[in-house]
Amino acid sequence: MTQLMTEDGIRCDGRRVDQLRNISIKVGVLKNADGSAYIEFGKNKILAGVFGPRDVHPKHMANQDTGILRCRYHMSPFSVTERKNPAPSRREIEISKVLKEALQPALILKDFPRTVIDVFVEVLQADGGSRCAALDAAAVALADAGIPMRDLVSACAAGKVADRIVLDVNNEEDQEGQADMPVAIMPNIGKVTLMQLDGILTPDEYKTCLQTAIGGCRTVYEVQRRALVEKYFESGEQ
Amino acid sequence: MMDVKRRYVIPGDVIASGPLRPEQNVYQDGDRIISTCVGISEIFENAVRVIPLTGVYVPKTNDLVIGKVIGTSPLSWEFDINSCFIGFLPAQDVFGRDYSPTKDELKQRLNIGDLVAARVANFDRSRDPLLTVQDRDLGKIDSGELIEIAPSKVPRLIGKRGSMIQTIEMATRAMITIGQNGWVVVSCDNSEGLLKAVEAVKMVDALAHTPNLTERVKSMLGVPEGENNDTIND
Repeated sequence: MTQLMTEDGIRCDGRRVDQLRNISIKVGVLKNADGSAYIEFGKNKILAGVFGPRDVHPKHMANQDTGILRCRYHMSPFSVTERKNPAPSRREIEISKVLKEALQPALILKDFPRTVIDVFVEVLQADGGSRCAALDAAAVALADAGIPMRDLVSACAAGKVADRIVLDVNNEEDQEGQADMPVAIMPNIGKVTLMQLDGILTPDEYKTCLQTAIGGCRTVYEVQRRALVEKYFESGEQ
Repeated sequence: MMDVKRRYVIPGDVIASGPLRPEQNVYQDGDRIISTCVGISEIFENAVRVIPLTGVYVPKTNDLVIGKVIGTSPLSWEFDINSCFIGFLPAQDVFGRDYSPTKDELKQRLNIGDLVAARVANFDRSRDPLLTVQDRDLGKIDSGELIEIAPSKVPRLIGKRGSMIQTIEMATRAMITIGQNGWVVVSCDNSEGLLKAVEAVKMVDALAHTPNLTERVKSMLGVPEGENNDTIND
């Protein structure tokens, strides 16, 4: 077993307990998609593409009252050390559903009855916390596609490693740590759209962990914001 | 000139709070007014709205659109109007009230692939947009160059009281038909004017968010500096 944290609180990748990995987001990287974003979240490399609103196929899925949202989270065969079978696995189907449910509260789909918005997320390189990074990229891609949104969705994980609450759990910490809690929020409205917990925490640890994750989400939001501003208002005039 | 407050916003940005009226692309949360898209917010006479910089075309009643015939049914044509909804043009609109599916052939008038300038006669949440060609300057477009621009940039191409489009039309002697759905048809007798006009339309599409655009278009077209200044910041 690798040592996850030194005595003076430095983690296995050299970060402090409250430090995020490096994040960079680029908006509008795909020409054929209506909206797209590419995120590098530590060693995670994830591409998100959004299509729509467009006609629903198969037709029976269409809803007369509102638009619908479909999400596909997929890991490339080369995204992990062992080749991953490209067929959708149980985990990918689950994360697709989780992403959809985390994005849906932010979208105003009532304006587009009988249509669908498709979100495709392709993980090119995975390093723990890929669902949060995927969510961050998908939210920016949706904004890039011009889908009406109540707020952006920012996501970040926190967890418990070597009996301490840490921000932004990486792959080793996820595998060998004690708990992992991905959280997504709508930062301006202050609402949580995703909260999962894998592991065991005491009530106090739970509160600290949630607060730590929300703090991380707010930092991520600034990066998302900067990416959108850079694409649309790069000339910088106000 | 009345005071208009403008600001760049992204979804979730609080534009203002207080007793203001939410208009396009914003929503009210308590007493805060929040943007729903990437764009430029405007507060004007107690109304708040956001001019979007991205997004698809959502039809509105009375919009002039340019559509492409993609199919026919016994009683109507179906149009691609660059939107998530398909436009319908009833056959009676073209053939008159005595239209009969047994006697008249829809494809004689409009065939698949034809471009048509039409007006949105009716559109609501419950059904697809209904088009009409019964107005001046509407109907089949026989010649011209089709350019696709972002629907959100159409107002910029028209300009204040049509200033931008007039500038381009006068400098190139081209006829430009602008559909609110982002499809623009440029026709011109001389090929040089056509190329210039196409270039100008594309330039507006690419640089829509920058100030002093009319001036830049004018200098690209070689028009001397005029008094008709129109900038996004004035």
